[in-house]
Amino acid sequence: MLDFPLWKKIMLWGITLTAALMALPSLFNAGGADWPDALPEPTVNLGLDLAGGSHLLLEAEAEEVAAQRLQNMEEAVRQAMRNAEPRIRIGDISTADGRLSFMLSDASDIDRARGILEPMMQGQNLVREWDLEVVDGQRMVLAPTASGTETAVNDAMESATEVVRRRIDELGTREPTIIRQGATRIVVQVPGLDDPEALKELLGQTAQLEFKLVDQNALPTNVQAGIAPPGSQIFPYAEGSDFEGQSIAVRRLGGIRGDRLTGATAGVDPQTNENVVNIQFDVQGGTRFCTLTRQNVNKPFAIILDEEVLSAPNINEPICGGSAQISGSFNADSANNLAISLRSGALPVPLTVIEERTVSAELGADSIQRGLLAMLIGSIAVIVLMIATYGRFGVYATIALVFNVLMLLGIMAFANSTLTLPGIAGFVLTIGAAVDANVLINERIREERKRGRRVIAAVENGYKEASRAIYDANITNFISACLLGFFGSGPIRGFAVVLIIGLFTSVFTALPLTRMWVAGWLRKNRPNDINV
Amino acid sequence: MKLLKLVPADTNIKFLKLRVPFFAISMLLIVASWTAVMTQGLNYGVDFAGGQEVQLTFEGIDQAPVADLREKVAGLGYGTPVVQEFGAPNIVSIRVPLPEDVESTPGAATEIGNEVIALIDSQYENVRTDGNNTVSGKVAEEFRSSAALALALAMIGVAMYIWIRFEWQFGVGALFALFHDVSLTLGLFAVFQLEFSLQIIAAILAIIGYSLNDTIVVYDRIRENLKKFRKMPLPELLDLSVNETLARTVMTSLTLLVALLPLLLFGPASLFGLVFAITVGLFVGTYSSVYLAAPILIWLGVNSDSFVPQETEADIQERKARGEGQARPASPIE
Repeated sequence: MLDFPLWKKIMLWGITLTAALMALPSLFNAGGADWPDALPEPTVNLGLDLAGGSHLLLEAEAEEVAAQRLQNMEEAVRQAMRNAEPRIRIGDISTADGRLSFMLSDASDIDRARGILEPMMQGQNLVREWDLEVVDGQRMVLAPTASGTETAVNDAMESATEVVRRRIDELGTREPTIIRQGATRIVVQVPGLDDPEALKELLGQTAQLEFKLVDQNALPTNVQAGIAPPGSQIFPYAEGSDFEGQSIAVRRLGGIRGDRLTGATAGVDPQTNENVVNIQFDVQGGTRFCTLTRQNVNKPFAIILDEEVLSAPNINEPICGGSAQISGSFNADSANNLAISLRSGALPVPLTVIEERTVSAELGADSIQRGLLAMLIGSIAVIVLMIATYGRFGVYATIALVFNVLMLLGIMAFANSTLTLPGIAGFVLTIGAAVDANVLINERIREERKRGRRVIAAVENGYKEASRAIYDANITNFISACLLGFFGSGPIRGFAVVLIIGLFTSVFTALPLTRMWVAGWLRKNRPNDINV
Repeated sequence: MKLLKLVPADTNIKFLKLRVPFFAISMLLIVASWTAVMTQGLNYGVDFAGGQEVQLTFEGIDQAPVADLREKVAGLGYGTPVVQEFGAPNIVSIRVPLPEDVESTPGAATEIGNEVIALIDSQYENVRTDGNNTVSGKVAEEFRSSAALALALAMIGVAMYIWIRFEWQFGVGALFALFHDVSLTLGLFAVFQLEFSLQIIAAILAIIGYSLNDTIVVYDRIRENLKKFRKMPLPELLDLSVNETLARTVMTSLTLLVALLPLLLFGPASLFGLVFAITVGLFVGTYSSVYLAAPILIWLGVNSDSFVPQETEADIQERKARGEGQARPASPIE
């Protein structure tokens, strides 16, 4: 008990002081003082419920990704069959039940078709993305594999997260946090943003821009009834556009996607004084746009954004400068939003806000103040109680408690964890429960003394016997705190983090640390009696 | 220096004499709690109910005009709003259910919140908006199921651990004590219709951890005494163990209480629910470790055969010094 080798002492003090020192920058900042820039500065982040700001949870429809993928596959198959030498004719194409199936006009083409399609079934890195089946020798069925869909959803989410990040950066907000959560969700946290309206409008646009030729052969009555001619599809006019409430039929093929843009800026058309968005294509996009407009002069083409038609102007002359102008009843804000969205790229999948929380900065500041006050009063009460009950051993427990709080804060700062409002409650709980280990030890020492054990043996036994219960109790605590961390998000997770780190610092400061101090004192003074 | 002794050195309270009536009372309370939860239901906050929630502080007055607000917000036509105090009499949370079509239109839900805020701003002075939150039905449903799952897993997880470390009877005892604590906390929230949110689930999980602290300390002592006094009748042994650990139980509950009380009295209003639940859990948990976790061992028939006695080095020396051949119970002889 009394033997504490030097290396052990150095190690214990080393751990304690290192962790406690890391708490200093956070304390400095909380006290309003400035931490010198020359020194490293690990600080605890404040959660949104303390700093104020907005939290959004966005969700993508995985079905959308799958549907989109099926559509792309359909395009690719048509293209491949057309480009085959000689051409393979197919018909009766259907994309029902999430599978693509089609008939070959000539059954003898089956092996050639298979040869062409087989390489397309394989994605990158050897994941089989589609299953190819031949039914009745003439019908081919392509079904997406589970792993293929998963990969596609994952890719879509990766790029969606990137797009969200770019758009938020364009807004110029302070230090947003953008994290993927689970398979189809993105968490966006923007500190200091009191009104997330603009942000949400920006994220609500997928910004899929398409230019498609208007199908002029479609009967207006059919179009309004939603019946599209073969090879065409019907889109409604956007809200606020000139023909709101009406629809228009456009050719499926031969259009241009707006994903080949190099720039987009909001502006005003000097002739009409309308708000417009000017876009610039990259080389390839510019060439294709030029070809499309040259081949279709004097025909209308539709500018479609997120499956709604903005306008369907006539092509007066070929547009070959690589830039174009989009008009469509914008105001300055919506033009600017669209420009940002187009610049940062289209979202590969639409996102909806399924959870949103906004906390005012005043409330956060108020919470911190009240939380700190409560923590201070609580700590003082605990300390008074401990010293009154256990005397010298209570003083050791108190010093341990101070180090405990400092270490907890220091480790949180080092790990760059976030302190949330429930996290403050976690701190208080840790303070209240941390002395439990010391109480257990001291009560044991009292008992051992009562049984007539000598001082040193009593202390040694007290520590040993109490350790068992301390470890058991802390492990069960750890189990429930971990579940709290897994299940909770945001503020609740902050609570769990404090509890978990607090368990470790409490056990560390209550057992080896106080033991070292007690051992030192016993060795120096060799008391015949102790007052516990 | 005279030290404070909260619990006299040699208590010999006959806790277990009253085990049957206390157990009956506990069972009644559990049934009553679940009845309250089933009939009155829990007053779900926005986390679990979904909808749009606005939090407001009425500065400069002591009491927010709750009834008045209810009437005014109902006038907006979004169904019956839930208006309640939120941790302090002048802070309110107002929750309105969201219309079906809102969830698919971005921004529509917040718009409703803004309408509520605008309405109140126009009618009252010095109102501070603290928050405007949307939780969609889908997310609320996920919160509900994951909360239930977390509670169940936590209870089963810790019971398994205790079973591994002690004996199956101890695991069952701990699980029952936990079930009692969780039930009573839920019952209290149902009876008083306090807002039940994610924070409360966090509090209950913390209660599970801390209530077990007590149970484990008592169990640890029972295990030790089972090894020491192999001939002692079980009820007597349990009484002895509870008495031996009483000083520690009282002290720890007290330190936790003095830490929590300032938070309850002066802490942030939005933490009130969480701290209140933990404080309730503290009392309930301490009671259940003494009156439920311990007596269950009698009914489940624990014996000392599985705990091989292991004398510590100190015990052996002590016995030799006293010249005894066999360890004797140190309990007072009546």
